[in-house]
Amino acid sequence: MFIDFFLLLKNNKIPVTLQEYLTLLEALDKNLAEYNVESFYFLSRTILVKNEKYLDLFDQLFAAYFKGIETINTSEFIEIPEDWLRKNSEKFLSPEEMEKIKAFGNLDEIIERLKELMKEQKERHEGGGKWIGTGGTSPFGAYGYNPAGVRIGQESSRHRRAIKVWDKREFKNLRDDVELETRNMKMALRKLRVLSREGKKEELDLEKTITKTSKNGGVLDLEMVPAEKNTVKVLLFLDIGGSMDDHVELCSQLFSAAKFEFKHLDFFYFHNCLYENVWKNNIRRWEEKISTYDVLNTYNSDYKVFFIGDASMSPFEIVYANGSVEHYNTEPGSAWLKRIVEYFPYSVWLNPIAQNEWKETPSIELVSKLFNNRMYPLTLSGIEEAVAALKKKG
Amino acid sequence: MLFQGTENYIVSKDLSIAVNAAISLQKPLLIKGEPGTGKTLLAFEIAKALNKKIITWHVKSTTTAQQGLYEYDAVSRLRDSQLGSDKVNDIANYIKKGKLWEAFESNEQVILLIDEIDKADIEFPNDLLLELDKMEFYCYETGETIKAHIRPIIIITSNNEKELPDAFLRRCFFHYIVFPNRETLKEIVNVHYQSIEDKLVEKAMDIFYALRDKRNIKKKPSTSELIDWLKLLSVGKITGAELDKVLSGKSEIPFLGSLLKNEHDKKAVLGSY
Repeated sequence: MFIDFFLLLKNNKIPVTLQEYLTLLEALDKNLAEYNVESFYFLSRTILVKNEKYLDLFDQLFAAYFKGIETINTSEFIEIPEDWLRKNSEKFLSPEEMEKIKAFGNLDEIIERLKELMKEQKERHEGGGKWIGTGGTSPFGAYGYNPAGVRIGQESSRHRRAIKVWDKREFKNLRDDVELETRNMKMALRKLRVLSREGKKEELDLEKTITKTSKNGGVLDLEMVPAEKNTVKVLLFLDIGGSMDDHVELCSQLFSAAKFEFKHLDFFYFHNCLYENVWKNNIRRWEEKISTYDVLNTYNSDYKVFFIGDASMSPFEIVYANGSVEHYNTEPGSAWLKRIVEYFPYSVWLNPIAQNEWKETPSIELVSKLFNNRMYPLTLSGIEEAVAALKKKG
Repeated sequence: MLFQGTENYIVSKDLSIAVNAAISLQKPLLIKGEPGTGKTLLAFEIAKALNKKIITWHVKSTTTAQQGLYEYDAVSRLRDSQLGSDKVNDIANYIKKGKLWEAFESNEQVILLIDEIDKADIEFPNDLLLELDKMEFYCYETGETIKAHIRPIIIITSNNEKELPDAFLRRCFFHYIVFPNRETLKEIVNVHYQSIEDKLVEKAMDIFYALRDKRNIKKKPSTSELIDWLKLLSVGKITGAELDKVLSGKSEIPFLGSLLKNEHDKKAVLGSY
């Protein structure tokens, strides 16, 4: 009955599930909404929205749906529903077909047309030559081919011809709220747990109790110990911006998983290579710099340190003073990396680039050497290897 | 049987719909909101309005899900076995029932309040999924399945210290209590004190909202603080004229300590008056 409304919410990234939709129908069946829009609004909100951060979006969508979709202001919907863009029907074009497609026009024309289409189009679309969607030949959407196309929501460019990438948001703070598919990562990170016994004694120490009881001639003598708790401490250094934009989703996932898993966790951002400053807030990265020396002085050397970055840059950025692309650095990046690795014996580098491509980039090998070859791919198995490596000093 | 608030608890329409939906569809209701907006109180007021017993489970950082079900006291059984007590033969003597067991076992419908669920370990909500979904659990020691005779009304509160897992959220209804607007707040005040004169309340509320609007205050005063403060004002026989002085910046807010609970905020306010 309200399936369109449900899909509208889902397409705009409010995490609603079928189960909740069915619950809503059940509630309507029980006449809880009293045939009145306001009550229906409250009822659907309490059933479908589970976090206050979505309330605002829900309100907008609800208003839009019940007023009619044509009144939605397109600028509020720059994030195009991922559903449209899912890669489930890729259309492979032959070179002859590509020849046939002419460029739609210049960039301004394309954007104008896109805005028009966004107003018109209400449903997911695949193939075809006009609508926004995937695998088609219209100038909009992903995984298609048009020499003057606009790329929207695509993980990798198939033809590397797109003019403008809409889904790229430069220097965006890593979202730690994506809870998507991080469970596997959490399980991998969980192995890093360092369990130690501190605080109130509340568990029975079986071995000691047996020993003491036998010494006592069989009369019970109980011995208690504190319960085990995870006391591992973790530092994350995240490369952000530039070539790392391609891996933002993956890094967000790792960050989210780590944040969930470790109580003692702190993180810092850097760009390309570590230098004398790091920062915590990417939007204010030039105002709120933190000296890397301060980081070294603040955290004990028993912290487990993860560097996450593609380590892909010009080797100059690592080995020479003033090599940074962003500022004048008096000491080369390699000096800083060495300092970190020496101070934190438990440190590893996770690289989102596929391992078999590492050899092609000299800077990756350089960084890996600085890390005593403790560089692992940012995959599930890579994280597992890294966690295993972190048990030993580098 | 609908919940419409009680004589001393004003409930907005959205909240009453959320509560009634949760009751009739038998889902737990998760309540979030600023501190002091009456999250915990809600469960007690539902109990009062519907004339039902309430069982409260206050969650702490050390609370485990198992404690809500039951605890098996192996150590005292071991000790008793040394003393040759007869109790030892029946394991049920050493099972300590938890709040959920209590709620499930009850012969009438009860209200179960799980207060401040976000204080516990991150795994805590996940450990309760099946129990809240099916309203039953299995006791390994005695081999019995505890199943709710009558599904309790479950109210869960959270202060947002930790994100709750999606699987858990899917099973709950959710309501975020927003800070009441002036009209509602006045109704709430009236419910608590009929005798305070209107003008004094109006002026007190002016000061109160001005305080809430200050940007450099870390912990904004909330409904419960306003209620306490009004009580102090009336006990201290503060008049409307004195509050006028405060509003025009000529004197300090009386009993500021009941509105602002930390030094930083007090300094921030005193500095600006």
